[in-house]
Amino acid sequence: MGYNALRLLKEGLTGNKGWQPVWRDPAPKDAYDIVIIGGGGHGLATAYYLAREHGLRNVAVLEKGYLGGGNVGRNTTIVRANYAMPGNSEFYSHSLKLWEGLERELNYNVMHSQRGLIDLFHSDDQRDAYVRGGNAMINQGDDAVLLDRDEVRDRLPYLDFDNARFPIHGALLHPRGGTARHDAVAWGYARAADRRGVDLIQQCEVTGIDVEGGKVQGVTTTRGVIRARKVAIVTAGRSGQVAAMAGLRLPVESHVLQAFVTEGLKPIIDHVVIFGMGHFYISQSDKGGLVFGGDLDGYASYAQRGNLPTAEHVMEAAMALMPVVGQARVLRSWGGIMDMTPDGSPIIDRTGIEGLYLDCGWCYGGFKATPASGFALAHLLATDRPHDTAARFRLDRFRDGVGLMDEEGTGAQHKLH
Amino acid sequence: MRLTCPLCGERDLREFSYTGDAVLCERPAPEAGPEAWDAYLHLRENPAGVARDLWHHGAGCSAWLVVTRDTVTHAVIAVALADAP
Amino acid sequence: MRIAGRGLVDPGRVIGFSFDGRPYTGLAGDSLASALLANGVRLMGRSFKYHRPRGVMTAGSDEPNALVTVGRGGDRRPNERAPMVELFDGMEAVSQNRWPGLGLDVMAVNDLLSPLLGAGFYYKTFMWPRAFWERVYEPLIRRAAGLGALSGLPAPDVSDKVFGHCDLLVIGAGPAGLMAALVAGRAGADVILADERDRMGGRLLDEDEMLGGAPARAWVAASLEELDSLPNVRRMARTTVTGAYDGGTYGALQRGAPGAVHHSFWRIAARRAVLCAGALERGIAFPGNDRPGVMMAGAVRRYLHRHGVAAGQSVAVFGNNDSAHRTARDLHAAGVRVAALIDTRPEVPQYADYETFAGAEVVATRGRLGLRGITIRQNGRERRLRADTLAVSGGWNPAVHLTCHMNARPLWRDDIAGFVPPEGAIPGLGVAGAAAGVFSTHGALSTGARAALAALSDLGLRATMPDLPGAEDAPFAITPHWQVAGRGRAWLDLQNDVTTKDVAQAARENFRSVEHMKRYTTLGMATDQGKGSNVNALAVLADATGRGIAETGTTTFRPPYVPVPIAAMGAGASGAGYAPQRFTPSHGASVEKGAPMIEAGLWYRPGWFPRPGETTWRESCDREVAMVRNAVGICDVSTLGKIDIQGPDAAAFLDFVYANRFSTLKPGRVRYGLMLREDGHVMDDGTTACLAPGHYVMTTTTAAAAPVLKHLEFVSQVLRPEWNLRLAPVTEQWAQFAVAGPRSRDLLNALLDDEIGNDAWPFMSCGAVSVCGVAARLFRISFSGEHAYEIAVPARYGDSLFRLLVALAEGLGGGAYGMEALNVLRIEKGHLTDAEIDGRTTACDLGMGRMVSPDKDCIGKMMAARPGLRDPARERLVGLRPVDPQAPVSAGAHLFNPGDKAERVHDQGHVTSVAWSPTLNSNLALAFLKHGPARLGERIRLVDHLRGHDTLCIVTDPVAFDPEGGRLRG
Repeated sequence: MGYNALRLLKEGLTGNKGWQPVWRDPAPKDAYDIVIIGGGGHGLATAYYLAREHGLRNVAVLEKGYLGGGNVGRNTTIVRANYAMPGNSEFYSHSLKLWEGLERELNYNVMHSQRGLIDLFHSDDQRDAYVRGGNAMINQGDDAVLLDRDEVRDRLPYLDFDNARFPIHGALLHPRGGTARHDAVAWGYARAADRRGVDLIQQCEVTGIDVEGGKVQGVTTTRGVIRARKVAIVTAGRSGQVAAMAGLRLPVESHVLQAFVTEGLKPIIDHVVIFGMGHFYISQSDKGGLVFGGDLDGYASYAQRGNLPTAEHVMEAAMALMPVVGQARVLRSWGGIMDMTPDGSPIIDRTGIEGLYLDCGWCYGGFKATPASGFALAHLLATDRPHDTAARFRLDRFRDGVGLMDEEGTGAQHKLH
Repeated sequence: MRLTCPLCGERDLREFSYTGDAVLCERPAPEAGPEAWDAYLHLRENPAGVARDLWHHGAGCSAWLVVTRDTVTHAVIAVALADAP
Repeated sequence: MRIAGRGLVDPGRVIGFSFDGRPYTGLAGDSLASALLANGVRLMGRSFKYHRPRGVMTAGSDEPNALVTVGRGGDRRPNERAPMVELFDGMEAVSQNRWPGLGLDVMAVNDLLSPLLGAGFYYKTFMWPRAFWERVYEPLIRRAAGLGALSGLPAPDVSDKVFGHCDLLVIGAGPAGLMAALVAGRAGADVILADERDRMGGRLLDEDEMLGGAPARAWVAASLEELDSLPNVRRMARTTVTGAYDGGTYGALQRGAPGAVHHSFWRIAARRAVLCAGALERGIAFPGNDRPGVMMAGAVRRYLHRHGVAAGQSVAVFGNNDSAHRTARDLHAAGVRVAALIDTRPEVPQYADYETFAGAEVVATRGRLGLRGITIRQNGRERRLRADTLAVSGGWNPAVHLTCHMNARPLWRDDIAGFVPPEGAIPGLGVAGAAAGVFSTHGALSTGARAALAALSDLGLRATMPDLPGAEDAPFAITPHWQVAGRGRAWLDLQNDVTTKDVAQAARENFRSVEHMKRYTTLGMATDQGKGSNVNALAVLADATGRGIAETGTTTFRPPYVPVPIAAMGAGASGAGYAPQRFTPSHGASVEKGAPMIEAGLWYRPGWFPRPGETTWRESCDREVAMVRNAVGICDVSTLGKIDIQGPDAAAFLDFVYANRFSTLKPGRVRYGLMLREDGHVMDDGTTACLAPGHYVMTTTTAAAAPVLKHLEFVSQVLRPEWNLRLAPVTEQWAQFAVAGPRSRDLLNALLDDEIGNDAWPFMSCGAVSVCGVAARLFRISFSGEHAYEIAVPARYGDSLFRLLVALAEGLGGGAYGMEALNVLRIEKGHLTDAEIDGRTTACDLGMGRMVSPDKDCIGKMMAARPGLRDPARERLVGLRPVDPQAPVSAGAHLFNPGDKAERVHDQGHVTSVAWSPTLNSNLALAFLKHGPARLGERIRLVDHLRGHDTLCIVTDPVAFDPEGGRLRG
């Protein structure tokens, strides 16, 4: 059923009794052309683009819990394309373009809102590093604006310009950066994929990947064996465990990243604001909650919950940058499992096993990548050639050192990106 | 989380920092070849369960520690000096 | 309505306050909610979505409706729960989320549109035309959203953070918690007893109950007195334990006294803990269950017994368990009219003389801004009753929240129709009393005592089960009753306006997972964090999907248990409090000279030293550069990391951590070293001096001081534990100053106790000297490219030495120079900083590939040999000089071949550092360029879109000035 205002009116006047299920609950078939492990944002987007771009509909998405239950539903909803390194630059630029038509393409309002992202800098060196990135964005065909201190003040008068430990020197504005409603992205892709015939199978945990003679045969699940010509692992923080079922070891370490939301408040923060000296980023949701986060907790973890020192550190950054939010109360905190790579950039590639594909290593940047990741993985699955925008996301790049994309320059320590 | 440093005793998490899997203690020989070096620096077991990892007591005695820890429950099973035989 | 002689309020202390501008009075001991109820005020708020009129529903922190803003200016606190706000003189409280007023709110039009605004409506529309989402729809939605408003002023940073340690943390001071604290306290354990409310006693203050043959309050008073007599027990009232974290760590928010604006946020390390947080009463979803005057039955009792306030004049009570009956009984005993008692169960007790309807339900309510009457249904017949208050009890939810903070899922128990904590949910945390599903007072006392005994046993402390005072021990009787069928909407999440129909619609749309339902309907995401709605909603969902409650499962409870102000958890961090400030020995003298002090990491360093007549930084900087090139300049370089390395294996160690060789370095000599990370990229550079055999002092860049030390500790302790050496950071111990320029030796010879000459002190030498009798170290090294030294003295002499050096330099036509000049000098010489060593560059990229010694192993050597790191096409260090020397160059610009468009696919590299060189009368840049060293002399376009620069440059060697280095050796 198509969604529009008229339908909303009609259903509203008839007691909202006519709404149809947003997706089916099919039983798994014995075999598919392609099985995608992981019903998160990237897996669902992959399924959608396989059907939409390549006409491949004999596809199943297997989800051990509920659709969109992983990082797509536990992030700070930021959508941006402000990368400096070749590889990331073209990929995230492509992703942002896909975001920009997503509501109508999916017939689902994901509330993508280009509120503008303001990345503050606090020293000349930091400014120059941001300028390098901003110029890379413009070279890529995207937008970036250098703001001086007064221009920042015009836009964000509530920041502490007078007493801050690290004074605000200026900012890089990414006008097309913004936010989207995270759950809606998963649901929108799920619904659109389902409508094109993809089977979305929830409560179906993959317990084994069946490989014979170096070639993938299918998967074993809690709902039986499912054969497939191609299998894609799209399981973010759990990539290591799933890949281990096929005997692979990945350049990935899983870490916790916390996020926080406050009680609903009348609008005060219109942009996405990023503090250059304190691992802190904040925006305000359409419901009024301040949504913010900081750095990784800092140790390998699958606990999906954070520690107190890191939470305090994030609150301290808020008080340092914008004490105006001090009376806001934190309502909820949560943690996601981040699949951290040695250069902080992702992997979309084939593996040493024929028919087994990998989409992982999104670190804490996976949400904004959802459309392009799905698009590129679908292209790879359908054509066995990497999509141009993701050609650098090779699995082997750490071994040969070719085309590393270390945006932070922190080196081959997974936790430092 | 609280860790019991073998030199200092039980201390709050905020005195320590984590570096990575304790595989980092086993630096390959120079001639070990690219596969061994790739495995040393990049590839990880990344276990969901008991892990051995490398921590530094930076706000304490500066000792490097190998912590045996459950990555799912965050239970700390053992803490030892990294240079202990 | 106040009931004289009841409640723990002080009738002698009248307190004046205002609500929405109208003055009222209350009594000391009142909450804002109790004081308003006493004044007959029932309308206290508006709901989030439909702006429905709402009154206070609870008497605790789980309040969903009565949210107000209290205070003024930066102290203004939105979304304060009226039951939790302790009344103080002069309090100004205002209602929220309404315009123009609470009684008449035009946004209540949403309520009329509610059929169109059901679960998830916004996902299905607002998509056309495309630009309208951001320009029209979203701004409207944002304006309507939110409850209270922040003041827009900085919150005063007056809160604080505290560390606490104890053997046993007792969470909650009701019967279970008090008993646990008594048992543990008597046994000598170090106890922290934390309770959310302003007075301890929990439910015992809210009930009319006997304990040990006397009123329960007397037992509470005696227990508190005993606890206060024990030096090993710390009582913390107004303290909500907000989170359970790993390793026995708990977060707790302690509120100040009434009217105080500060909080204390506690990090409590507890060896053991007992959760005695009680249970939260839940409602029943019947049509019209949201009107002001509909309240929780237990809350009505709390207002009566704690505050001496009757919630209404004519109170109906509706329930499915005995809590409802207690409320009816107590009200009746207090002389309040009980309009009716409606119980869904067919057989019910009759405590007193009021009308009781068994097997009945409330099916409708009346009254727009306050309840006027209800309709009940019994045996298929409906009947209307007049009542201004309806007390409801749908059962009790044990406060299991903290036990779920480590991902445990609570267990459903049919017998109590509630979730209880699973065993071992939080290591070291026991659960007692109602939080464990034990609802009788006797049960609370005995489980509290037992939980304490178990903890004491774990702690190795001996204690025995105490004699418990005689107490109420009735079995808990409940027949679950989640919703009432009928016309009209029945609310589950009152604040977010989620009704049973929304949950049913979510199920119909296949959002059947409890997480999907929550996210789709927003149920449980309001400020009460679902405390009052989650369990009811999942029961309704279970019903709608034909599953049991246990099978449907719960959503996860996450910290914090109650919302925590950012100002509390981030206390102390505004302004300078955010990070330590590190000051150099010359800080005071530099400030006296008018130097602007610039942040460099945690340090502050002088930008330049303005002199009279200089109006721009450039003038000062150019003068300082010329001073160093022509006379002598003084610069504080104490911020560079200094690591003392000693031991027989120190030389081997340096060989291993540096790419180049150090074991050949003789005492009295200094060498430049390049340090790699194990991944083959450059980590840091700096000089290391050999002071004596087996004794070295390594310098690092300012930013890398701590990471390099940590790295060296790693190598020494983990990779080469067999090597005998010791590392000591000595950055703070030594004040070190560069003395740079052709007259540097003249200056030193005027200063040092013994003269130095060029032969004894050639370039890259070091040794001990004496300054005014103070033992000092002298290094002949140069970052400026001039004949230069660095002199180091113990830090306590730094200030006076700096002043002396500057005075001497000024006598020689020189003076102090700052970071700007330092940067120009090093760019003229092609020396590197963080801008070039940015963590992505290799030794080859920096033109130092040959420094990686081929005949020894070192950190990073193997990975530096990876093909991708040795590719000559990589961006490599060059100098740039604009064809027009005045043309602008800028760091962060990208490089393109002159014929190409400035687009990514043509990118040739980027600029890292720029300076105007007064020495060479030209702008200069350092840059990374593909195939760089092979392209010297080529022309390249420097494009900085952001700053509007497009400058043609010539590719040069990075060293622009004195490439032969003659001046160094002069």
